[in-house]
Amino acid sequence: MELTFYVASAIAILSTIMVITRYNMVHALIYLIISFLAIAIVLFVLGAPFIAALEVIIYAGAIVVLIIFVIMMLNLREETVQQERSWLTKDIFIFPAILSAILLAEVIYIITSGEQIMLDQPSIDSSAVGMSLYGPYVIGVELCGILLMSGIVGAYHLGRQKKKIVHRFLEHAEQ
Amino acid sequence: MEESASIHPMLIIAGVLGGVLLVAPGLIWLERRLLALWQDRYGPNRAGPFGLLVVLADTLKLFFKEDWTPPFADRFVFVIAPAIVVLTALLGFVVIPFAPGFIVSDINIGILFFLATSSMGAYSIILGGWASNNKYALLGAMRGAAQMISYEVFMGLSMMGVVLLTGSFSLHRVVEAQADMWFVIPQFIGFITFFIAGIAETHRLPFDIPESESEIIAGFHSEYSGMKFGMFFVGEYIGIILISAITVCLYFGGWLGPDFLPPVVWFILKTFVFIIIFILLRASLPRPRYDQLMDFGWKIILPITIINLMVTAGIVLLRESDGKLPF
Repeated sequence: MELTFYVASAIAILSTIMVITRYNMVHALIYLIISFLAIAIVLFVLGAPFIAALEVIIYAGAIVVLIIFVIMMLNLREETVQQERSWLTKDIFIFPAILSAILLAEVIYIITSGEQIMLDQPSIDSSAVGMSLYGPYVIGVELCGILLMSGIVGAYHLGRQKKKIVHRFLEHAEQ
Repeated sequence: MEESASIHPMLIIAGVLGGVLLVAPGLIWLERRLLALWQDRYGPNRAGPFGLLVVLADTLKLFFKEDWTPPFADRFVFVIAPAIVVLTALLGFVVIPFAPGFIVSDINIGILFFLATSSMGAYSIILGGWASNNKYALLGAMRGAAQMISYEVFMGLSMMGVVLLTGSFSLHRVVEAQADMWFVIPQFIGFITFFIAGIAETHRLPFDIPESESEIIAGFHSEYSGMKFGMFFVGEYIGIILISAITVCLYFGGWLGPDFLPPVVWFILKTFVFIIIFILLRASLPRPRYDQLMDFGWKIILPITIINLMVTAGIVLLRESDGKLPF
């Protein structure tokens, strides 16, 4: 199991780097899907199969599909690849590199401080997740509900259209 | 039961894989023969007994056709898209119990695993249509993406009724819980909504809007030829087998049946009944318009599934407070 964990996390890191460095957006999103799948395996190995399944269903299966959907509708082609290429210079990597160097130092500190990180945790099943979601964390669930509701109302407002009358004969019938 | 539990897992995997990959092309023959029967024609009846060898001829033809990648396509994405559909559909079979113990992996999130693989299947349509760089393919891909995302919601929600009654996500446990009564009786609305969502998920007629050949040629696979098209074709049939098998597991008692036939035979018989219903739907129903499909999904099916889920949850809660276990 330990080997699966390390392989999956290595794939997650590699594919995430590929997401950042791709010029073509759809290729970047394919690597993002791979990254989500790898993270799902990491969660599964760590003993959270329910969250692992939700990671695939929601993140890889729904959210990325919606992003690809928008990109397809914008119909971005060669010009955007050129634009990305001109934007993605070496200079812009300096600040993120400093930030991740700090994180790397912290990881090295945690590993060398000798604290054991248990990989073989007892598996947490779906009912335990449900119990904690609707027990101590119910306020978070409610807040998420309100957030999603406002999103739906906003989308409905933006997408609303006045009723079109397609033919002059129908003008009187509609009124 | 003990002897079937001792079958080597690799044998089960080989059996399931071989069985599904053998049956899927055979369904092409079955579909053409049945459609012909319902439309008062003969269908393929020349090659071999009952025209069965037409399957071989079709497969050989697909293999030897020129496998053409359009120069304007995105090669990398164009090539992986047909592989995704077959891969995800085959992965779904991992959690299906064909008989007691005859299951590739009885993981405790079986139903969620099935939902995850079927949601990954949407990528084959989207990426295939996008990579073709063709406006009809793109239209088909966009229709497919919208259709599959919306119908996945109802599919997941309609399955949750069964999960509530069983108290487990494992399909093995779901089938075992139906020993007294098939779930199609307490979950009839759930069954109907699940089956409609399943048809939309496999984008079969009447919901074949992503590829509707009379409007947008062949939709997302207009540019595909040879074995790449064959992969989409076979993937669709594997999807039909998968949805039929899951329906049997969730609502029609899986392998359960009278003793005179072995459990696997019961399972296969029930699955074939649903495959034939899929084909009958194709023979009998017209295709709805695209906006009608979306309206039907979000305005009719979604409220019905949510009400069904709430009523089921209420009944389960009542029975639990009476001290009875849910079924």
